Amino acid sequence: MTARLLRVAKITPLSPLVTRFRFECPEGGTLPLFSGGAHVVVEMPDGGLLRRNAYSLISDPMDGSGYEIAVRREDAGRGGSRFMHSRVAEGDTLRIGAPVNLFSLDLRARKHVLIAGGIGITPFLAQLRQLIRLQLPFELHYAARSRAEAAGLALLPDLPQVHAHISDEGNRMDLGAILAGQPLGTHVYTCGPEGLIDAVAETATRLGWPRGALHSEAFLSPPPGAAFQVRLARSGKTITVAPHQSLLEALEEAQVDAPWLCRGGACGQCETVVLSCKGRIEHHDHFLTDAEKASQTRIMPCVSRFQGEDLTLDR
Amino acid sequence: MPPTAFTPSIPSRPVYPGLVSRGATPALMLADAEGALALADLAASDPAVMDRAHLIYIPAGSDHGARLQALRPAQFHQAPSFATALPRLRKALADAHMGTVLYLAGTEGLIGQGLAEALAAGLPADAIQSEHRGSIARRMQCVHCKGVTEDVTTDPFTCSHCGLTLFVRDHYSRRLAAFQGVCVDAEAPGDIPETQEIRP
Amino acid sequence: MTIRFNDETFRDDYTFHNSPEAVRRFPFPFDHDSYMYSVNIEPHRRGQAGSVFQHRFDVDEHYIAEMRDREITLKDDPLRCQSLPHMELAGWDFLELVMTCKAEDYPDLFSLTRDGDRWHWINRPLGIDQRFTFLDATTLPCGPMEYITRQTQGDHALLDQREGNLWMDAGMITSQADWSLDFDIGMNFFEWHAPVPKAAEMGVFQRALKFLLNLQQGAPVRRLNWTMTVNPRLDTSPENYHKWGPEKRTLTPETVGAKQYLRVELQTLWRLPRSNAVAFPIRCYLCALEDIVTVPKWGRRLHRVLRDLPEELATYKGFSVNRPMIVDYLSKFDDGAPTSPGIFPDP
Repeated sequence: MTARLLRVAKITPLSPLVTRFRFECPEGGTLPLFSGGAHVVVEMPDGGLLRRNAYSLISDPMDGSGYEIAVRREDAGRGGSRFMHSRVAEGDTLRIGAPVNLFSLDLRARKHVLIAGGIGITPFLAQLRQLIRLQLPFELHYAARSRAEAAGLALLPDLPQVHAHISDEGNRMDLGAILAGQPLGTHVYTCGPEGLIDAVAETATRLGWPRGALHSEAFLSPPPGAAFQVRLARSGKTITVAPHQSLLEALEEAQVDAPWLCRGGACGQCETVVLSCKGRIEHHDHFLTDAEKASQTRIMPCVSRFQGEDLTLDR
Repeated sequence: MPPTAFTPSIPSRPVYPGLVSRGATPALMLADAEGALALADLAASDPAVMDRAHLIYIPAGSDHGARLQALRPAQFHQAPSFATALPRLRKALADAHMGTVLYLAGTEGLIGQGLAEALAAGLPADAIQSEHRGSIARRMQCVHCKGVTEDVTTDPFTCSHCGLTLFVRDHYSRRLAAFQGVCVDAEAPGDIPETQEIRP
Repeated sequence: MTIRFNDETFRDDYTFHNSPEAVRRFPFPFDHDSYMYSVNIEPHRRGQAGSVFQHRFDVDEHYIAEMRDREITLKDDPLRCQSLPHMELAGWDFLELVMTCKAEDYPDLFSLTRDGDRWHWINRPLGIDQRFTFLDATTLPCGPMEYITRQTQGDHALLDQREGNLWMDAGMITSQADWSLDFDIGMNFFEWHAPVPKAAEMGVFQRALKFLLNLQQGAPVRRLNWTMTVNPRLDTSPENYHKWGPEKRTLTPETVGAKQYLRVELQTLWRLPRSNAVAFPIRCYLCALEDIVTVPKWGRRLHRVLRDLPEELATYKGFSVNRPMIVDYLSKFDDGAPTSPGIFPDP
């Protein structure tokens, strides 16, 4: 994992819950460019714990002078966003991984329709800049509960293709109207809560859209759950995964080597062989097929958990 | 004539899983020869599939036009060849919206060319269905002169453009809607294996 | 280090030749005495000075001659270079990658000056001095991928990533081991590998694809592949198979050492920044058997590998008909002594 130490150049509150962080090279210079939809993993040394959270890049992909992310404070979360909000100050340095894109634009599309719910606006802020620069046809729909919560509003360009849907102003997003009558070759991208992604998929399917034209990214963070034990056959260790810890984090804490990229159940990099399983794996990833999940022979430690008597992994 | 059962082959060789009705959605239907029977079976399974269908049929020596017309597609057109059907197909694709389904039925050449046109127009691959019926003749591209020879039934065969003797590969290009033909006696000119009929 | 570029040809009179230094640095592909398909991907780290792994894009004594040969091939068949419309951005990414790497690694040969989008590129070996606007293809004599690959040894494919697959959607392919870009363009990873025997059922491609989909920016990888070619011919395309095919039958026990070449592809894979595409340069190195056997370890090992190779692979790689003659020639250089691990010559 190629990570580099970057300086927090600017912290800007965007809404009561959402804050923008800008990172730059401490000694000046440019950062690798990226493609719209890419994320970076931010490392947060929190006492003895090293937290790693993935955040979409929201700055201009063609501007290497800095990286920007927007972090929503999740008070019930595992602590990463609280750390960013309360412990990080301008001038601090943090380690940031190389950009990785698991939610890229399909550049063959005749038109791109971007649908965001809440903080799901973040990957689209970079994609918008890319679409505008490449002069590609698009429309963007951004749904938020209230204007005050709509942190992305201030960052969206004033263009006729950009539509805000604020539900407490009685302006709810009508997915049927958005998806009906789009020209052949349109691709739809959804980012937001699972409910929104499911609703877009349902509406699109009802209108006869094929799956291949639908793209989505759920901002999946490792869900908490009951603590569980895991035996690690190769390293000969037994570890306990705490309620607010992911299995991957527990592996890292025990200094057991496990590769990773997205830490959100999407890329498949941390896929681990299950040697024996008495109980039920709670698969939370989007990588394994349903059949693979049912077979309980593979697990994605970044998001998935376990309940039962024995789980032994090839790590 | 039932759907053709092909021998399993390499991953680039297309497969034709058969037509399944997606209901009364906007649909383009393109069939040649015995492909008409696949559309007839489709309509029999769900008559509503014809409600918003634009059907283009190329008889190619067979005579199923009247039978297809009786299925009452929203639009029906009979064309003497793929070339004559092409401008109409392109216009229909240009005017289509997301949610349109393309049903292709008949020979590999027809299915392949219809698919290539649709993909080029932006229709996603999973909005396209296909069912093979009728002749198993192949549409072959000569890798040397780039010419396409239609209705190839033997291996090897003679390129209808440059005259080289080509062997028939299973390697298939969706973009060209053709299998690859490669000179069979390139290393030892004149050393040509016995001609065989192509099997499914 | 100054490179002395050879004046040589890869067709007709075949004056191609390797200097003794070029033989020593030849990327011999076998690290064991037998060969089997494997994913064999490793990080494309800088290797030792003088080796083909020293620089990110190796430039050697054949540079000018290879670029001249590419020009001849393209004049004859412009379809060897194609890019589907959505791949132009990847072409710019690749142009930037090559220009920045070469200017950094070979400052005496190449230079790149950037002022925002106003770029100035100098290629001294080829006598090119070009000012252009980055991302404006009208300011180059041809598309960005074609422009830079006319100046970069090796074939080059640009792979689009979507739907959990990689798609061969652009390329400059003039020295291929018998596959056609014009035919394969637009295919996904499994489709363009379809003609490779057996590998699909062994799951090699599934594993390789999964690895490549997660390829990261700044962390390129490489692998070596190989085949056999009679005469030092770069254009062993299927397009011209009927023209070069007869040469394969001209080997005699007297000429096999000089005319039979081991052809090695140094394949590297790079994640591109703006397009998220993957660049796939396939660099070809040729070495005559009589030069290979000047390294005793290589002579012994190549004999054992080719002698024991499954017939199906020899057929796929197209040298089945010449194998007995090749193995017979090489056997004279194999005394049965054990070989050391790794691909490099013994010190």
